[in-house]
Amino acid sequence: MKPTFAIGIAGAAGQGVATPGDIFAKIFSRRGLNLNAYNAYQSIIRGGHTFLTIRTGAEKITSMGDRIDLLIPLNQDSMDRHLRLLTAGAACIYNADTIQPGAAAAGVQLCPLPVSKLADITRNKVAQNTLAIGAGLHMMGIGFPALEQVLQEQFKKKGETMVVENIGVARAGYDYAAAHFTAFVNPLPKTENRYAILSGNIAMAMGGAAAGVKFYCAYPMSPSTGVLHWMAAHARKAGIMVRQVEDEIGVINMTIGAAHAGVRAMCATSGGGFALMSEGLGMSAMIETPVVVINCQRAGPSTGVPTKTEQGDLWQMLGAAFGDYPRVIAAPLDIGDCFQLIPEMFNIVDRFQCPGLVLCDLLLSEGRLSVDPKELDFGPAIDRGELITSNGTSSGVATDGDYKRYRITESGISPRAIPGVPGHVHTVATDEHQEDGILISDEFTDPTKRRAMMEKRMRKMVGIEAAVPRPVLSGRPDAGVTLIGWGSTKGVIEEACEILCEQGITANQLQIRWLVPLHGEAILEILQSSRHTIIVENNYSGQFARYLRSETSFVPNGHIRKYDGEPFMPHHIVEAVKEQLAGKTKLSVPAHEIMV
Amino acid sequence: MATSAQRASQLTIADLKGKVDPDWCPGCGDFGVLAAVQKALVELRIPTHNVVTISGIGCSSNFPGYINTYGMHTLHGRALAVATGLKLANHELTVLVTGGDGDGFGIGGNHFVHSMRRNVDLLYIVMDNQIYGLTTGQTSPTSRIGMKTKSMPFGNIEAPVNPISLALAAGATFVARGFSGEQKHLTELIKQGILHQGFSFLDVFSPCVTYNHDNTYQWFRPRVKKLEEDSVYDAADWTGAMEKSLLWGDEIPIGKFFERTDVPTLHGAEPVLNEGALVHRDPRVPPDVARSFVEELM
Repeated sequence: MKPTFAIGIAGAAGQGVATPGDIFAKIFSRRGLNLNAYNAYQSIIRGGHTFLTIRTGAEKITSMGDRIDLLIPLNQDSMDRHLRLLTAGAACIYNADTIQPGAAAAGVQLCPLPVSKLADITRNKVAQNTLAIGAGLHMMGIGFPALEQVLQEQFKKKGETMVVENIGVARAGYDYAAAHFTAFVNPLPKTENRYAILSGNIAMAMGGAAAGVKFYCAYPMSPSTGVLHWMAAHARKAGIMVRQVEDEIGVINMTIGAAHAGVRAMCATSGGGFALMSEGLGMSAMIETPVVVINCQRAGPSTGVPTKTEQGDLWQMLGAAFGDYPRVIAAPLDIGDCFQLIPEMFNIVDRFQCPGLVLCDLLLSEGRLSVDPKELDFGPAIDRGELITSNGTSSGVATDGDYKRYRITESGISPRAIPGVPGHVHTVATDEHQEDGILISDEFTDPTKRRAMMEKRMRKMVGIEAAVPRPVLSGRPDAGVTLIGWGSTKGVIEEACEILCEQGITANQLQIRWLVPLHGEAILEILQSSRHTIIVENNYSGQFARYLRSETSFVPNGHIRKYDGEPFMPHHIVEAVKEQLAGKTKLSVPAHEIMV
Repeated sequence: MATSAQRASQLTIADLKGKVDPDWCPGCGDFGVLAAVQKALVELRIPTHNVVTISGIGCSSNFPGYINTYGMHTLHGRALAVATGLKLANHELTVLVTGGDGDGFGIGGNHFVHSMRRNVDLLYIVMDNQIYGLTTGQTSPTSRIGMKTKSMPFGNIEAPVNPISLALAAGATFVARGFSGEQKHLTELIKQGILHQGFSFLDVFSPCVTYNHDNTYQWFRPRVKKLEEDSVYDAADWTGAMEKSLLWGDEIPIGKFFERTDVPTLHGAEPVLNEGALVHRDPRVPPDVARSFVEELM
């Protein structure tokens, strides 16, 4: 196991869980450390229970991990919920004035802070948080100046008095820990690397900007709203028109309108909003105007659990809108991939003039990860496909009568003229139409032409399949067990494989990114040589397993599923694999031990 | 809405003729609206390639297929949302949205209200026949109380929406009503609606000769009274317009109810568009800006 260090900060919403999290994240990042943060929270603005996990280390951190090294409970409820999670070597820093610790496991260090003695709590309402940060930092073996600098930046806006006061409080916590608490055995390492820290939502928004998106609109819906926030805040600098719309039906239709005018246009929502967009996707496909739609999945059905993660919308995406039409669906594998996937998706949908769906989830959307800034490339290839933006090309000036918007071609792709271009005037229609756009739905129905148009559109799937990379197996090909996952579970499965290997069970991984087209034959080829196959997914019914079976007839040896709203932790998968290899079950549903 | 700066040197009705003839029933009010739109575009000399006609679904929504401009025949009720996106991506285009009362006030009611408050720069023409035609005669949001249809065979018991009052309340900056049987007057209103900068709403009585036997040409003709012939009527007075909008019965006003020109258009209010239409911009984020986006996260 690569060495990592994880902090859990827990409290009620409004108690200031986020600020210590941000401060630790900044300090770790400036030490050149990687980090992975996941916030378990609720749909409440004040109160409830929030549990933020920040895991750091010198190497890439692919999941929230299994272990908490330092717990900082900000209220009694948090102490009662989480102290039992700590094992030998871990520590818990708490306000001794207000919180009773309860029973801890052997080897767990309890670190009570006499908060009212160390700080003026009548003046500083979050003194306990600042003291705990100072104390924790000392125990991790980090020098005080790192904290001093971050606090200076944090409180700069509030004036010098606030800066001095907070540094003083932090210092008191730091010094108190030096005198009274035992430091962790391994101080946190330091490297020369520099990382950007971002959420999947920010990554997808930035990926859109890098792809050349000029129009973005949305209706607020957790957990997709972060995309709107980044877009809105950066719209003017990036030259992007960002609108908040009356509903998701308006969102998809506005996006299509903008795309039809000739710009790259994108929108994001969650499952409920996506359901409202369904009819619009059919329009995108029928009029052959490309758009990219992001679905940040949350636990459904219906309003479901708005602040919890799930991979439960796959079949909604597969079946969205009526009728057969070409579509592309991909699930980003991690937060860095949230950025990279967007320009790739735009190139494909621009070339093939159809809707592209990005299937993200709360775990990536709202999780935070350190990413090498080189991975955030604002100069990706941009391929707008066969787009006619002006009249008069080498082949001469076109006139309105000549141009056929839906010309039948071998590839199924018809060169697309945008409104405003002389000589290419045409009307697009959601009704079935012939090559020049004239309807064959009402007065002039024609089975031969209808068939030809269906085949023209669907032929594009052949080109799309060739444009989309085949999935690859990672790890030893002769491993004893193959774990199959899709999208956001990449990191946790990767870590589970490492742990299994350490325990003498060789495991490899097949992670699916492109869901449609699926490359079923390539998957079968890979899985043919697998000795024991298990599909891991964050939903109840095994949506991917059922999809894979429908496309390839493949049936795995077992399944690991989780649908309690919380993401997989590595040990959930490790233990499930072991029980399945021992022949105890073919379906494991790990219980989430953290009460959030 | 505003015209494109560019004018066609010469434009005739023949230039605006679509690839196919309308499939509307003989005598349908929509023929008059189509003719008036074509006349207005000819008189304003807007090049056909700079006009986009966008519709939803229904008899009148087949309109874009019958006129030689760029066109989009979209989804039922969604034309205004599509048009908003298109206008924001290329505000140099002249955007006409056409549809019926079911499309605009029923299934599309939400977009109707919000497009008006946003003051999207386009002309929205509703061919209002107070009935669902393409689905063969059901009650619409503008059907009068008591009207018998296939969906309400014992008479409608629901109060109709008043499109003019609704538009005024929602903040439309140009609100007018025309009658398909008054061609010259209608053409003039369409021209004014195109020239107005902001959301222009034009409700047009466009009788359905097949399914609406109550609100016929004969019924409308003696009732419609042109506001332009009322020497004291002031279309800048919102309260007066609201009062007039409530008239129905022996006297039904047509003409321009209201216009104000002091409200910025949606595209005019957004500084992102100061440097020109988005569609003509370089898609790339400038490298220094891109660098600043990444550095924010470090």
